[in-house]
Amino acid sequence: MKRLDRRLLPRLLVLALGLLLVACGGRDYQTKGIEGLLPDLAFQLTGEDGETLTEADLAGAPTVMFFGFTHCPDVCPTAMARIAAATEAAGKGLDSDLQVLFVSVDPGRDDPQKLARYTDFFSDRVSGATADVETLRELTKRYRATFGYDEPNEFGDYNVSHSSAMYVFDADGNARALFRPSDSVAAMAADLRRIAEG
Amino acid sequence: MTTLVEWLRPWEPSAPVFIACALAVVIYAAGMMRGARPGFWPALSYFAGVGLIYAVTQTHYDYYSQFLFAAHRLQHLILHHLGPFLIALSMPTAVLAAGLPAAVRRLPDGGLRPFFRALRVVYRILQQPFIAGFLFVGLIYFWLTPEIHFDAMLSIDLYWFMNWTMVVDGLLFWWLIFERGDRGITPRLSPGRRILVLALIMPPQIALGAYITFSGQNLFEIYDVCGRAFPIDPMLDQQIGGLITWIPAAMMSVAAAIIVLAFRLERDDEKA
Repeated sequence: MKRLDRRLLPRLLVLALGLLLVACGGRDYQTKGIEGLLPDLAFQLTGEDGETLTEADLAGAPTVMFFGFTHCPDVCPTAMARIAAATEAAGKGLDSDLQVLFVSVDPGRDDPQKLARYTDFFSDRVSGATADVETLRELTKRYRATFGYDEPNEFGDYNVSHSSAMYVFDADGNARALFRPSDSVAAMAADLRRIAEG
Repeated sequence: MTTLVEWLRPWEPSAPVFIACALAVVIYAAGMMRGARPGFWPALSYFAGVGLIYAVTQTHYDYYSQFLFAAHRLQHLILHHLGPFLIALSMPTAVLAAGLPAAVRRLPDGGLRPFFRALRVVYRILQQPFIAGFLFVGLIYFWLTPEIHFDAMLSIDLYWFMNWTMVVDGLLFWWLIFERGDRGITPRLSPGRRILVLALIMPPQIALGAYITFSGQNLFEIYDVCGRAFPIDPMLDQQIGGLITWIPAAMMSVAAAIIVLAFRLERDDEKA
């Protein structure tokens, strides 16, 4: 019996640790629950109107944050089209204003005017913001994300590596869910509705 | 351009890691100054082990570990294999004991006696060869389970917890393999048993590394979700990471087995 106990103990520890991890991530979301894994919404950026934009300006409604760049050939337009579809689906019958913040991590090419033209294309709910690289580094680091630049080609074009996730915060700014490229629009819409309802 | 100072600056400063590394160096150095003579190679091995663990956690390298799967695998190779391997190989017990203040050395016999006795029981359980080998391989599998890996890389607290478990388990395992000299509380295994344990932990590591390397699908979505340190093909990143999990990790077993044999031959020579 004693020998059995000795072998059982470490296995139980591993099991307990596994359960703890699952519990941390939240199981009730159809996408990825991140309650307790990531910090609250907090930022200071420049909005589409050229004015300072902070989390206080978005308080009172759930916010979806995405890091991208307007020259992005695939990931960003796909993500924006998907979130626009999901917010439309989730927004019906909801009092709450779901809003999407497209944060450009390519301030060298994306100015507020360009961002405004880009985000208007997808949905009224989407707005853009950016900042200097240092501020963007701090912001992406806060959400455990990063970005990097390739060497420019002969036309001055360069690729940007960036996060493909959408971070969803509730009306109080608490981190609630993470939308990955593999999550379906229906699952995103269901979780948005859930988060908007409290 | 990244200068040397920028490289030395930690990406995520961690006070516990910094303090642990500083104490490891200071206590060992104090032991040497108080007359412990570990010899050149053991001292070099010890400082290299501590230095490597510090370098992959408290410099800009850590940034790459967080945003490239291959760099993460190299970080864990050092935290779990190479760093603790070098520290345990130097068998620093005597030097560290000499470096500790007398009051700290007396702690296990003082009022905290029941606590140290319990710690000793737990330590001896963890150092049973089967359990030690199981934990060594099990932890690699555990943290590389895609869902768990996702959470560990997303939450900064879990990230440090993961790295601590790798170092602590690495120290436990390699200590058991290289344990020699005066008998302590670590179970003393025969050279044959040590080599058997080293051989047994190889196939599961090779299988996991090969699986990751040859997997046709992107297993660790977290690096796409959080962005990579620089634009690199995700599958290439995963393949390099798989190879690091596979080849050098398994080679460490071979290297350790040769060292265990060398110790055995040395002892035979002394007897002869």
